[in-house]
Amino acid sequence: MEDEKIQIALRVNGEQITASVEARTHLVDFLRSELELTGSHLGCEHGICGACSVRLDGVVVRGCLVLAAQCDGAEVTTIEGLTESGEISDLQERFVNRNALQCGFCTPGMLMTAAELLERKKSVPREEIREFMSGNFCRCTGYHAIIDAIEETMNDRRSGVQ
Amino acid sequence: MGGETTIGPLDRQHSYVGRNLPREKAKRAVKGRGRYTDDITLPRTVHAAFVRSPYAHANICEINIEKAIAHPEVVLVMTGSEMREMCTGPWLGTLSVFETMKTAPQYPMAVDRVCWQGEPVVMVVAESRAVAEDAAELVSVVYEELPVVAHKEDALEPGANLVHKELNENLAYEKVIDNGDVGKAFDEADHIVEGVFKFGRHTAVSLETRALLASYEKDTEELTIYTSSQTPHMIQAIIAKTLGLPEHKCRVVAPFVGGSFGLKIHSFGDEFAATAASIKLGRPVKFIADRLESFLTDIHARENKVAGKMAISDEGKIQALEIDILSGVGAYSQYPRTSVFEANQILNITGGPYKHQNYKARMRVAYMHKVPTSQYRAVGHPIGNSVGEALVDMAAEKVGLDPIEIRRRNVMEDDSYPRKTASGIEVADMSHQACLETLVERMCYKELLAERDARREKGIYRGIGIAAFIKGTAPGPAGYYGAGGAPIASQDAATVKIEPSGNIICSVGVTDQGQGVDTVMQQITASVLGVPDEMVRVIEGDTDATPYGGGTYASRATAIGGEATYQAALALRAELLVIAGALLQANPEQIDILNGNIVDAGTDNIRISLSELGRIAHFQVAQLPNEIEPQLSHTKRFRLRDALYIFTNGIQGAYVEVDPDTGFITLLNHWVVEDCGRVINPILADEQVRGGCVQGIGGALYEHCIYDDQAQLLNGSLVDYIVPMASEMPDIDVAHVQTHTGVSELGSKGVGESGTGAAPAVVMNAVNDAITPLGGRVFEQPMTPEVILKALGKI
Amino acid sequence: MKAPKFRFIKPQSLSEAIGLLSEFEDEARILAGGQSLIPTLNMRLSQPEVVIDINKLDELKGISLETDHVRIGAMTRHVEVMGSALVNENLPLIAEALPYVAHVAVRNRGTFGGSIALADPAAELPACILALQAEIVLEGPQGRRKVDADDFFHGLYDTAMRPDEILTEVLLPLAKPGEVFSFMELSRRKGDYAQAGVACRALISSKTFENIRLVYFGSELKPTVGENVIRALEGQTWSGDIDEKIFSQLEDDLDPIDNLHGSAALKMHWQKVLTKRAIAAAVEKTELV
Repeated sequence: MEDEKIQIALRVNGEQITASVEARTHLVDFLRSELELTGSHLGCEHGICGACSVRLDGVVVRGCLVLAAQCDGAEVTTIEGLTESGEISDLQERFVNRNALQCGFCTPGMLMTAAELLERKKSVPREEIREFMSGNFCRCTGYHAIIDAIEETMNDRRSGVQ
Repeated sequence: MGGETTIGPLDRQHSYVGRNLPREKAKRAVKGRGRYTDDITLPRTVHAAFVRSPYAHANICEINIEKAIAHPEVVLVMTGSEMREMCTGPWLGTLSVFETMKTAPQYPMAVDRVCWQGEPVVMVVAESRAVAEDAAELVSVVYEELPVVAHKEDALEPGANLVHKELNENLAYEKVIDNGDVGKAFDEADHIVEGVFKFGRHTAVSLETRALLASYEKDTEELTIYTSSQTPHMIQAIIAKTLGLPEHKCRVVAPFVGGSFGLKIHSFGDEFAATAASIKLGRPVKFIADRLESFLTDIHARENKVAGKMAISDEGKIQALEIDILSGVGAYSQYPRTSVFEANQILNITGGPYKHQNYKARMRVAYMHKVPTSQYRAVGHPIGNSVGEALVDMAAEKVGLDPIEIRRRNVMEDDSYPRKTASGIEVADMSHQACLETLVERMCYKELLAERDARREKGIYRGIGIAAFIKGTAPGPAGYYGAGGAPIASQDAATVKIEPSGNIICSVGVTDQGQGVDTVMQQITASVLGVPDEMVRVIEGDTDATPYGGGTYASRATAIGGEATYQAALALRAELLVIAGALLQANPEQIDILNGNIVDAGTDNIRISLSELGRIAHFQVAQLPNEIEPQLSHTKRFRLRDALYIFTNGIQGAYVEVDPDTGFITLLNHWVVEDCGRVINPILADEQVRGGCVQGIGGALYEHCIYDDQAQLLNGSLVDYIVPMASEMPDIDVAHVQTHTGVSELGSKGVGESGTGAAPAVVMNAVNDAITPLGGRVFEQPMTPEVILKALGKI
Repeated sequence: MKAPKFRFIKPQSLSEAIGLLSEFEDEARILAGGQSLIPTLNMRLSQPEVVIDINKLDELKGISLETDHVRIGAMTRHVEVMGSALVNENLPLIAEALPYVAHVAVRNRGTFGGSIALADPAAELPACILALQAEIVLEGPQGRRKVDADDFFHGLYDTAMRPDEILTEVLLPLAKPGEVFSFMELSRRKGDYAQAGVACRALISSKTFENIRLVYFGSELKPTVGENVIRALEGQTWSGDIDEKIFSQLEDDLDPIDNLHGSAALKMHWQKVLTKRAIAAAVEKTELV
């Protein structure tokens, strides 16, 4: 089969990027290998674990289930971008202080998902936080601390604490 | 000993011990700046992929690699036979302490015959992983299928197919212990309860898969390996030994490790092959297992069947316990730790919390044509505890006692140590009674019983589970490692040194996979030395930069590495006081270090800062008298003396609801009270326990490597192998009783496996409590809805 | 594992997409949300020559209210359907079922039409549209045609779609006055595919089932209408329980798959339990109306 590459132009973490990619390369391989944004991780590459979660055109998606070739014209935000913008600095701080991560491999994906929850909802019961986060696998923490950190951030945002 | 130990430096006003210091690595990881093995790429890195056996047992008749090697982006194709040529000899996964153990020799890749599905057959190395996979598809292998041993129950039957003909049988190892007079005790027992318990095979599923980047310099024979490992020095030793390399020129670096849980303390053939490829090519070679090959080739664990029976008196005293373990392992015993360890631990710890002295246990370990099993978090304990604690509950029911009360009557008394368990193991400094009473309080046990009963009236079936446990942590050199002959250090070391800036570097042989091992060492060092935490930097996970040690396994990092760090910091502290005393013309006993300064003891008046002292000690040594030669760096080692382990203890509680129509289990609450001795950082200890519990729950409810009769894995993906996710898991209440171990001055024991060790037992007991009114009882894990409904006679 | 090589083509119009399908036939795969296709590519279970990305085809997107139905464009993502007031008001069954579909990141990307076209036997939406007796609109070189949901699902991942057709929209009839819906499924974890499930649509008056439709999924090779159990239920009056004999009719309706998630007996048992719960819920909803 011919090795045709696809030209794409997209914004990644606010930066305009042009690249030529193999059709088969998924978004996270592209981010990691080509752009050296290694914050997004690969845990299964079949869409279950959530370690590869990134924001695509404003919503969180499985980065391993989107082809880089599909991202022409897209706006992609990774954990590096969220960090840079400061959007979730409060959440990140609570993750650290609550020890809501151990090995940290799931953490960028967890934060990408939690960021969307915090953006959508001002106040939800704990069970709903658990449910919203239930597509992201963490093998280390048992989830309790993660849910605590998100819940605390939500409460603090609602009451204006930064 | 134990219990009352207090240590000056750790109990001072400015001590970091007992405080929730945040982890430096966590600060990076939350920003996506953790650096895992796959995040590291060296110039000219190439990538390995493997052709793996599709069969559980077959002869390799023919391998054709022509098309693969012709691929323009392929740089190397290597077969198992070629790999064997690069090895000094085969692996033998035995330890001399298991005297009669049998195992077949094994090479990193299959030679002539494959013995499990997924065994590496051909390695393809190419410019990218995708291309390596493309080319792997071009390799053709002709196999001749051979008869398969798929079930451990069949493996030991007369006339069974053989996993390895040269062994003449499939029995890897058999061991019996028979203490007290078990026969008499059962003959004279008031009551006997018994059951046959089954445990499904499962696996670690670290989120970061196994990963390795090997880089060999041909001219200097220097090999650098970046790998997701808990045990860099062990990898260094076995890589050098297997591939015939000078060990001192092999550097192993474990960068950020994305979960490990025992998985990453073993040798895996594909990682050795990728390293060999780097030697052959003189280029960096990366191998990152994908999730599908992880399920096929990571070590598995837990596949055991245990028949157990317990004798119980009318008063609810345990009179005797007897168990018979059939452990199903893989085609080989996993090098270098063996695959018989798990059954041996079941034998060691079953019924371990209790005072009874009549104990008989037999273990038989059977080879099968499956991927090797080995040590996964809390090795053997989930099984031993599930069996022992289920029998205790059955005994309680028999004699009409509450599960708490029967345990109250049987646990070893807190003032009775040191003593031996019925299995013959020395234990000390435990607190079963204190833990039990703490649990009763935290669960609001009486109120919970009332609530359960009130709901039963309404047809809602809730159950309360209790499970006491012991956990072997921090193994000593008198036991399996060291004495067993494997190149695995049971001792560990720390080097603590002062820099010219006055800052402190602490480098340790134990490693961090996110537990916060580095933070714990930072806290110990800062506390002993009397410096602010930010003045201490901890280095771990690099054989070039740390003293030789065993790494992190078996809940040993704080207990062993922590004591070494404590002693090294004490040594540096003593020297700094001598140097300061000479400079200040003060008696070292009348000065102290506080907040990074030498101060007058008692008044805390600052005399000189450590930064000034560090500068003088390094650059202006002439200011010191001739008899003082500043060493400024102190290495201390620590090991257990006679003890096999530092045993810890604890107890868990669970509250669950069972839907008797669907067989679904809802976890409502979970409690843990455990005794890991001195807690250095409570939030780190707590999260070890919580995460461990959820791993245990995974095994109890969901996780199962399902094989068919041809030993083919049917659910080797995250789609079909189900792991615990956030929605179904409970919040977990954690409390600690702190009985310091007498074996070290630090007083800490291990904590990393206590959750996993007993969670399956407590959930099983809770489920059985829930369905008791309906006449059901389960003896099998995972407790799937099918298992529950069958126990209830619904299907 | 990395996907094998394939060609990626992004047509600019539906007709171009159909042209490509006609050209490559079985060698081509349509890429909609990709939440099922891309995993199979990444695991090399699927090795198409060409992947045709229809994500830019705006004519396939959107939700609109027509006289007697709601139109959902095939490329409308689950998250949009979930957030649609039109759907919530007019398609309560869909609204009830969607939270069971996977997880947020998958719902943000996965599409309504993709789920129907794939016809995964354990998926929620195929069962729902069969319960609603929706119409599926297909377009191919021969033009546009509508297929009744009753005729659409043929077997395991097998539908009435021809290899050169694209599913463009689904037309879902509005709930009739008095109609109630219930949706039940059992999956081991939140968001997993169902091991057993039922979508129920019912017209109940004075606790008597005047009209009821039960569609089963998860246990079968395709979403399956419980014809015998429906017949047995019609005209029955709910008294807080139902004669077990009625549920035994399910044994003629269903032929559950025996697989690693459970035995056929388990799934049959579950479907009986769910049937009871689903109709109880329907009765309860009727009372509330």
